[in-house]
Amino acid sequence: MKLYCLSNDPNKPCHILTFREITMMLDCGLSMQSVLNFLPLPFVPSQKLQNLPTWMPIDVTDPELDGELKENGERVFVDSPPEFCPPLDKLIDFAQVDVILISNYLCMMALPFITEGTGFQGRVYATEPTLQIGRLLLEELVIYIEQCPKASFASQWKNFLHKLPYPLSDSFKPKSWKQIFNMQSVNSSLSRIQMVGYNEKIDVYGALQVVPASSGYCLGSANWVITSDHEKIVYLSGSSTLTTHPRPMDHNSIKNADVLIMTDLTQTPISNPDSMLGVLCVVVGMTLRGGGNVLIPCYPTGVVYDLFECLSVKMQELGVSNCPMFFVSPVADMSLAYSNILAEWLSSAKQNKVYVPDELFPHAMLVKNSKLKHFKHIYSDGFSTDFQEPCVVFCGHPCLRYGDIVHFIELWGNNPRNCIVFTEPDFDYIDALAPYQPLQMKVAHCAIDTSLNFTQANKLIRDLKPATLVVPECYTQPPVSAPHLTEYTIEAGGDRTLIPYKWGEVINLPLKRKQGQVFIETAVAQKIVPVEIKSGVSLSTITGTLQVKDNVYNIQDSNDKLKKYVKYEWGTLNVNEFIQKLSHEGINDAKVETHGSVVVVHLQDEDALIQLEDNSTHVVCSGDEKVRTKLRNAVMQCLKKF
Amino acid sequence: MPDIKITPLGAGQDVGRSCILLSMGGKNIMLDCGMHMGYNDERRFPDFSYICPDGPLSPYIDAVIISHFHLDHCGALPYMSEMVGYTGPIYMTHPTKAIAPILLEDMRKVSVEKKGEQNFFTSQMIKDCMKKVVAVTLHQSVMVDNEIEIKAYYAGHVLGAAMFWVRVGSQSIVYTGDYNMTPDRHLGAAWIDKCRPDLLISESTYATTIRDSKRCRERDFLKKIHECVDIGGKVLIPVFALGRAQELCILLETYWDRMNLKAPVYFALGLTEKANNYYKMFITWTNQKIRKTFVQRNMFDFKHIKPFDRQYIDNPGPMVVFATPGMLHAGLSLQIFKKWAPSENNMIIMPGFCVQGTVGHKILNGAKRVEFENRQVVEVKMSVEYMSFSAHADAKGIMQLIQYCEPRNVMLVHGEAEKMEFLKEKIQQEFNLKCYNPANGETAVIQTPVKIPIDVALPLLKAEAKKFSALPPDPKRRRTLHGVLVMKEGGVCMMEVEEACKEAGIERHIVRFTSTVQINDAGPCLSTAHKLHAYVAEKLPQWSVHFSEGEISVESVLVKVEGDDDDQKSVYVSWTNQDEDLGSFVLNALNAVGK
Repeated sequence: MKLYCLSNDPNKPCHILTFREITMMLDCGLSMQSVLNFLPLPFVPSQKLQNLPTWMPIDVTDPELDGELKENGERVFVDSPPEFCPPLDKLIDFAQVDVILISNYLCMMALPFITEGTGFQGRVYATEPTLQIGRLLLEELVIYIEQCPKASFASQWKNFLHKLPYPLSDSFKPKSWKQIFNMQSVNSSLSRIQMVGYNEKIDVYGALQVVPASSGYCLGSANWVITSDHEKIVYLSGSSTLTTHPRPMDHNSIKNADVLIMTDLTQTPISNPDSMLGVLCVVVGMTLRGGGNVLIPCYPTGVVYDLFECLSVKMQELGVSNCPMFFVSPVADMSLAYSNILAEWLSSAKQNKVYVPDELFPHAMLVKNSKLKHFKHIYSDGFSTDFQEPCVVFCGHPCLRYGDIVHFIELWGNNPRNCIVFTEPDFDYIDALAPYQPLQMKVAHCAIDTSLNFTQANKLIRDLKPATLVVPECYTQPPVSAPHLTEYTIEAGGDRTLIPYKWGEVINLPLKRKQGQVFIETAVAQKIVPVEIKSGVSLSTITGTLQVKDNVYNIQDSNDKLKKYVKYEWGTLNVNEFIQKLSHEGINDAKVETHGSVVVVHLQDEDALIQLEDNSTHVVCSGDEKVRTKLRNAVMQCLKKF
Repeated sequence: MPDIKITPLGAGQDVGRSCILLSMGGKNIMLDCGMHMGYNDERRFPDFSYICPDGPLSPYIDAVIISHFHLDHCGALPYMSEMVGYTGPIYMTHPTKAIAPILLEDMRKVSVEKKGEQNFFTSQMIKDCMKKVVAVTLHQSVMVDNEIEIKAYYAGHVLGAAMFWVRVGSQSIVYTGDYNMTPDRHLGAAWIDKCRPDLLISESTYATTIRDSKRCRERDFLKKIHECVDIGGKVLIPVFALGRAQELCILLETYWDRMNLKAPVYFALGLTEKANNYYKMFITWTNQKIRKTFVQRNMFDFKHIKPFDRQYIDNPGPMVVFATPGMLHAGLSLQIFKKWAPSENNMIIMPGFCVQGTVGHKILNGAKRVEFENRQVVEVKMSVEYMSFSAHADAKGIMQLIQYCEPRNVMLVHGEAEKMEFLKEKIQQEFNLKCYNPANGETAVIQTPVKIPIDVALPLLKAEAKKFSALPPDPKRRRTLHGVLVMKEGGVCMMEVEEACKEAGIERHIVRFTSTVQINDAGPCLSTAHKLHAYVAEKLPQWSVHFSEGEISVESVLVKVEGDDDDQKSVYVSWTNQDEDLGSFVLNALNAVGK
């Protein structure tokens, strides 16, 4: 069994697992850190961005590089449509992938890169919410980028990487970066997904069984349990033990694995999501009361549902409930609608509301009461008439490089009463804001990441008791920002093996299959005659016609007459007993000779000789079957068999 | 041979009070627990005394599975669990869990408060019963205990209807409940994978209907309503709050939209709005089209259909009203009926079955005068129409389902006896499957083959595979697996004989035989050997007979030729005791040559 690591970002994982001749891809996350090196994409040309000075390396005069790079503050940005770092395609041919398992909608953004135009012919499994919400995220991303086409693509800068300033110089494999896919690829890629339910057993070519188990992180998020007859592998990605809106994590299904692959832990190991939510509420309250607006960069789904719920209550308490909340995303309406029909994927508190029946999320009520207004874009019908300040705006994209948020920053950035609050943990807020600096608006950082922190992960590992634990290498070392905090690592411990891996590696996992499984039919089973060899151990031969279909082994009754009831002899043969048995058969002329450990019995009349050793007997005679049968009977009576 | 025992307590050669007892692998499972709408006495509920003459059922039943919320499938549930006594788990889908208690409460009210029946379950009992329910999602594998595994499949029919696959050990069955193989206005078609159960228990309501004429019935329905409102008449459609009502609403809504009709359509308020809410929330259970468009427009947010107010009864002009209850035995629908019945312009459409004794039943049987308790007499001049819209699989659909899941046996329930016989014959002819249709209280015993899973050491399988793949490919070639089963505490495993001996701590004793046959054949030994090889290979057509360095071998049997170039050759045949039959066969064959 081998594990290939194709992604450099443990929070946007992509692996290949090969086992029993099946090639499985575990998640296909798309790292978007690369886009931070690019300039934002406004709908209408922005004075500020257009006027940024061009930057050139000191000793380079290549005219082709001219204009590709722009400088703002200390930072240099690429003036081009943003590019993304897809999973590594050098280690494996995607056409060879049999199955893709997706754990949650945030870990599938590279799917079109894998399945389209690569000869991929396998199956993709994901839960219904993962598919539906994943579609929303992909569509949103494509719309954001396609609505702001750029005239030119910059590519020369990649040849001067060593001469560029940090952090551009540290870009990870920029030559492999790709432009975003189009909507057609998204649709055709998503059409390959087969929807599955939690605890649905999915057969993979008869060799393996895969089962998604609730992971508690977001709507439809799953950990995957991969089993063969005797082996159990668990792929744990994006899990949460906190109580938010999704169905809680299913611990039982993922216990006692031979191999546990664990990734996608929290990106904010030091902060606690609950206190961050508290800070967020205070910041929002203060800003609104001071007459300022709040801008919250967000994905159109996920924690944002919890934010609507918490903030609306908090705003009521603080007496600012007359300030509206705006949710701007090309998929805002879909996201709100879908979340209210996915009862079976929600926490039991939310689930029980369908029996009332009551709306699952309070945001349905907020929309009805016009406390929460949603729009596809800021230029959508009705937005300008409904827009009123001060207000709270939820808007994407959290990287601040594309989406309607670009305009809100331009609109509100120069007023110190306004505040931008970062809640999504995917992007560093300083990097995200860099092209817009200098800004007057306040900046608050309350990243809410509900996925497992290191304390929770270590406790979970102790409970789950895997024989082997496989984690990204970075989880075995303290965070770069806080090297003294050794508690922010995955502990090696007990008698389990800890195997770290990193980008581009292929590692052998210590899982050796020793046993398989066969099914035996009644007729075959009836012929089993157990012989007790010693107390508690019985043996019996078993023979049948083997049928192998879809990797399932069946033993049927064999109709072969010449090889039906094979038995095996064991133990040693006692010479005296043998002579006695011979005389029972009417053979009395036995002459015994001993040569060391070998005893030879000569039978003159029968023209035969029997050579006896501790663990073997050799009967040599003429072609006369009568004689041989007698001799055989005598030998068999002296030996034990099973 | 192990078997599966099935005893219908209801729905055996009958429609109504579906309740089927299933025993397999030492486990007892109750499939549905319905009531009979046609009876008011103790025949209304299944005869649970069959399971246990006195006292609670819990010791005898391991699980109860409810296929959908129709009362003929779940109506006896509170009676069974709270009055007879059952504390074990009850499984149903989320929509069924949401909707069933409402229908049960509705029915209880009608029976107890309107008809004054005694000894009926109470509201509290319905609540207590529902606490025992475990909700399942489609395709999720649920372990009831260590041995019983269940899985729900989409069944169409009504919101949340499911077929259930049940496995105990190596035995499995599929119980369809009611299902529908063609998508309708708001639901998708039933679907199941090739799960190859030992037994498929299928409903057979429409066992002899071959072509579903639902589209025609719909057109008829719309035409009649349209004609009635065109002449200024009022149309009353008595319905139960959930199920068919929603489908008819979608039907009217789209028709009104398309034909641009102006006559108002009303839906009796209260429960119905709540009911539509269930449909909105469980939109994932409806068909593709509704699911796709629900964000733009939820199919259950009706534009033309407005809530009804009692004051509207006397409004002039045409209108269409959906009112509860469906059998016209009480409530709003009856009140409207009394007002509208005397006008011949008006129309009443009964979209479902009516129990004897109800006004609905009377007018369907042609009653022109209906007398009420207070001696009030109503002349029925309005036209009375009956239209059944129940969504069941027809004969074609049933055959299709059999094709989908490939069962080893089929059982028909929930249908009329004669119609079942017809379909039974058809199934036997077309699929060559055994088909059963036991009557209520009759037990059908189905023999099932067993397949016992055993562990096998990988080297044994690999050695066989290596041997097999070394040979030229031949799909007809037999593959033989031979090994030794080691049975000891902690499991049973099949392995190679040497390994098995090691496991047991014993030494094998190898017995070998060598016999000599004299053959007269001039020429070098090699040519004799070649001749013998051809001869042996001919005698053993199914075996691979090898020849190398002058020696012939089949399995452990070796044949060697020795002697000078003169006539006489000594042929040695040698084999181990394990190949005794094969060895002595070869020896006898060579002996025949020698003579």
